Amino acid sequence: MRTDHIVRSFAQELQRLANLVTQMGGVAEAQVDAAVKAVARRDVGLAAQVMQADQRIDAYERDIDAETIRLLALRQPLAQDLREIVSALKISSDLERIGDYASNIAKRSLALAQVPVVRPAVAIPRMGKLVEQIMKDVLDAYTERDVAKAIAAWERDEDLDDLYTSLFREVLTYMMEDPRNITPCTHLLFMAKNLERIGDHATNIAETIHFLVVGAPLRGERPKSDGSSFAVVSPESDDKGAGHAA
Amino acid sequence: MSVQTQIPAGAAMTRSASAGGPPIKMVARDVKVYYGAKQALKGINLEIQENRVMALIGPSGCGKSTFLRCLNRMNDTIENCRVEGLIALDGEDVYGKNIDAVQLRARVGMVFQKPNPFPKSIYDNIAYGPRIHGMATHRDEVDEIVTKSLERAGLWNEVKDRLREPGTGLSGGQQQRLCIARAIAVSPEVILMDEPCSALDPIATAHIEELIDELRENYTIVIVTHNMQQAARVSQKTAFFHLGDMVECDDTEEIFTNPRDERTQGYITGRYG
Repeated sequence: MRTDHIVRSFAQELQRLANLVTQMGGVAEAQVDAAVKAVARRDVGLAAQVMQADQRIDAYERDIDAETIRLLALRQPLAQDLREIVSALKISSDLERIGDYASNIAKRSLALAQVPVVRPAVAIPRMGKLVEQIMKDVLDAYTERDVAKAIAAWERDEDLDDLYTSLFREVLTYMMEDPRNITPCTHLLFMAKNLERIGDHATNIAETIHFLVVGAPLRGERPKSDGSSFAVVSPESDDKGAGHAA
Repeated sequence: MSVQTQIPAGAAMTRSASAGGPPIKMVARDVKVYYGAKQALKGINLEIQENRVMALIGPSGCGKSTFLRCLNRMNDTIENCRVEGLIALDGEDVYGKNIDAVQLRARVGMVFQKPNPFPKSIYDNIAYGPRIHGMATHRDEVDEIVTKSLERAGLWNEVKDRLREPGTGLSGGQQQRLCIARAIAVSPEVILMDEPCSALDPIATAHIEELIDELRENYTIVIVTHNMQQAARVSQKTAFFHLGDMVECDDTEEIFTNPRDERTQGYITGRYG
């Protein structure tokens, strides 16, 4: 579909940049997967590996930054080439954040592994599965330059927000039932928030892909249903504890 | 000369048409140019907005310079050259019977690729036009025009102490600014520039580009350039010419970030079309 550059080395450099982004995406995807597994299996060793491997993602980001700046300075790209390069820069910064969140999930799983299992923990693998699916589709959409696939993934972030909101309510209820749940539940809450944020960065990438291929920003508000900011869970009204008044 | 005022169907796409924008200074309607039997322009439709810079880009031989020269009838001097269609300045056909080509070229000035100062003093280079057009007779008036023109061209400080020295003794970039000052001296409304920086170094180029940006306040500018970055830097509208057609005309930002036509994209990014 695309014709070749007259200057072949430029085309090769653009391809190399796109390959770096794809590879970085693959590593970020694996990091999220491993972090969620570490939580589900209470696998301290795996969690440590994830935290260690975050450096790889940071290194990819530095490489992509350097390559981008070099191409901008030396090639003065225009039109599709310019969008290609700017997109690589934006996507790599989203992927870097995703890596940070995965690393943070792994770190919290260490704390979680030290206390008895709390029931809401089962929601983490469920959210994780959805997030990974969205990420996979978005990264495939990048490799294939497939806008329809990117938009489909972008829309699915709503499901993730729904899951997050319901988990948020559930976790608050658990904390109220027994103060001993507060420590694990707080970690769960942050993990869920991290997964929700990973979903947001994945939708950013989907928007960047739209810009890359179509040349215009993705219009329209993304369906948002993260209602956790408004959630209030009060103790039962017949609760005698005077100090529980909301 | 046939004059045709209707826009033919299937004309090249022009997004964000004139509606709401600045007034239209010059209009081209179905402009066809032949050099003998060879057709150089195949029916160009273009609107040039007042106080804007329009860049004409395209591969060599695409007709952009030919089109530029139609705007002030510089093609009149070329033997075998035939121009068809309508070119209007403020709504008036520039090829009309009442239009004097010399007067027209005072209203639509031109700056060429290679600086071409007259073999005269810096002062006389500027004063020549206003004198022959009878715009200034008294010494004071001429002095004022020379000073103002050189100031507007950003050259005054560099040459004020040597106005009597030959214009050809200046550096290339200064010579080009002298030529711009000369074009300004006759108070044109439109300035045509045919690759004004291609013979200049980056600093001299930057001076000219800064000048173009300042001149836009008072003049309408059409510039032909092979330098994509220059077109992107100085113009608000860009038109892409290809094989005698005007393929696409749009806001410069659109052309260089998201061109509509494959040929435009291929050309500006350096791909095989």
